[in-house]
Amino acid sequence: MFQPSPWRADFPAIAALQRQHQTYLDNAATTQKPQALLDALAHYYQHGAANVHRAQHLPGALATQAFEASREKVAQWLNAASPSQVIFTHGATSALNLLAYGLEGQFQAGDELVISALEHHANLLPWQQLALRAGLKLVVLPLTTAGLIDLEAAAQLIGPRTRLLAVSQLSNVLGAWQPLEPLLALAKAQGALTVVDGAQGVVHGRHDVRQLGCDFYVFSSHKLYGPDGVGVLYGRSEALGKLAHWQFGGEMVHVADYHSASFHPAPLGFEAGTPPVAGVIGLGATLDYLASLDPAAVTAHENALHGLLLRGLNDRDGVRLLGTPQLALASFVVEGVHNADLAHLLTEQGIAVRAGHHCAMPLLKGLGLAGAIRVSLGLYNDSDDLVRFFEALDKALEMLR
Amino acid sequence: MSLSLHAAEALRAFEQAAGWEQRARLLMQWGERLPPLSDAEKSPEHLVHGCESQVWLIASQADGQWQFRANSDARMIRGLLALLLVRVEGLRADELKAIDLPGWFNQLGLGRQLSPSRSNGLNAVLKRMAELAGQAGG
Repeated sequence: MFQPSPWRADFPAIAALQRQHQTYLDNAATTQKPQALLDALAHYYQHGAANVHRAQHLPGALATQAFEASREKVAQWLNAASPSQVIFTHGATSALNLLAYGLEGQFQAGDELVISALEHHANLLPWQQLALRAGLKLVVLPLTTAGLIDLEAAAQLIGPRTRLLAVSQLSNVLGAWQPLEPLLALAKAQGALTVVDGAQGVVHGRHDVRQLGCDFYVFSSHKLYGPDGVGVLYGRSEALGKLAHWQFGGEMVHVADYHSASFHPAPLGFEAGTPPVAGVIGLGATLDYLASLDPAAVTAHENALHGLLLRGLNDRDGVRLLGTPQLALASFVVEGVHNADLAHLLTEQGIAVRAGHHCAMPLLKGLGLAGAIRVSLGLYNDSDDLVRFFEALDKALEMLR
Repeated sequence: MSLSLHAAEALRAFEQAAGWEQRARLLMQWGERLPPLSDAEKSPEHLVHGCESQVWLIASQADGQWQFRANSDARMIRGLLALLLVRVEGLRADELKAIDLPGWFNQLGLGRQLSPSRSNGLNAVLKRMAELAGQAGG
């Protein structure tokens, strides 16, 4: 039965890609953009660009107003207590790097930072490098066979030396919600700071950072149908107070002299230099668009498509799924077939999926794999996209076997 | 520079190929023709970095002529390697430096395999080949 997406027409690039015979199923990498975002970007540039928080002139006031309105929208989206808890960065990666540098002073040699075995490089390497810089120990929580962070092991590994826990909400390879609630409880019991990488999680459903109870929550705009070049770092006010200033420059400074300076608190104190003004305004427009959708309908649609994806993969001989994907995506390998060959033949047939290590090399290595194919869904995908994917997959496998 | 017998044969075959499917099947056939490497030859020093699959490239010179051997654990890149090797077989160092290898793959209708976002490794192989040729020639 055909499962249409009622929101497909809201994303003009989908039709453009289809005219180029491309079926876009790489949404965990980045997403196509709604018309509402394109309109907001065009409106901003057509009506007068200006820098924010600097000038008293009218264009500056309008840009600042729109920029700050986006901060409020992000705060609402996450149910943060205040917009001042929302820092705009240049992406999730730069938000995590900000944390790894800004929190450095909180740790002493021998302290432990805890991550998990499924972290994206963006939530692994900043902590790994911090550990190397500051003589800290990086502890890696293992996974269960289902692809969830192992809570029994976590209870052993999170201990009195744990000063920080940084984990993903939803794995970009395994497609499974991670048990954040008990993990955060374990960390908080030790007085450790908690960081949640919401890069994948934020795209599916609404998440309440106050209910989550994490100190920091990070996501990138471009995976949430927003513009690229924008990331969000939410922090509890108390936790933000622990952040040392990291990047220095324009507009983050309170008073500057040649030999000394004092800086603004969050958020402005952590937004040195001209921020991505248009991108932030565009993210606000995207959130307005997303907020106008019926969340139950979106979830039902995503679940239905994910069910079709899993059924189709499970129906095929030799296909092995990575972990137990619950939503959004599925990564797989095919027995006796090199994923690079499969990727080559899917590409030839206009199927845009991701092949390789998905920026999680240690995870793939741990699974004994050099790479895998990942199919990831967006709210504009429909069942015909999956029909085309499976036709191409069957054709590729027929040729390779 | 004239094409070797094998290169001319490859060009004929790929020029006649209609569509992606035939080209892909041809690639796999050409990959089969690549002589296997011994386990000793599949050593880390011969591994080309930057490939999605494992690709080994071995260069040697005899009587001023280059000899390359290559292989991979993936089939499509094996075909691309075979097409690369037929084009460079028997070339002198100065000829190898002068040759337009991206142009060769374009002629074969495989230019897209060289786009920067492709992770198949053909670009990395060409770069490594140029390095090897540069070292010995310089």
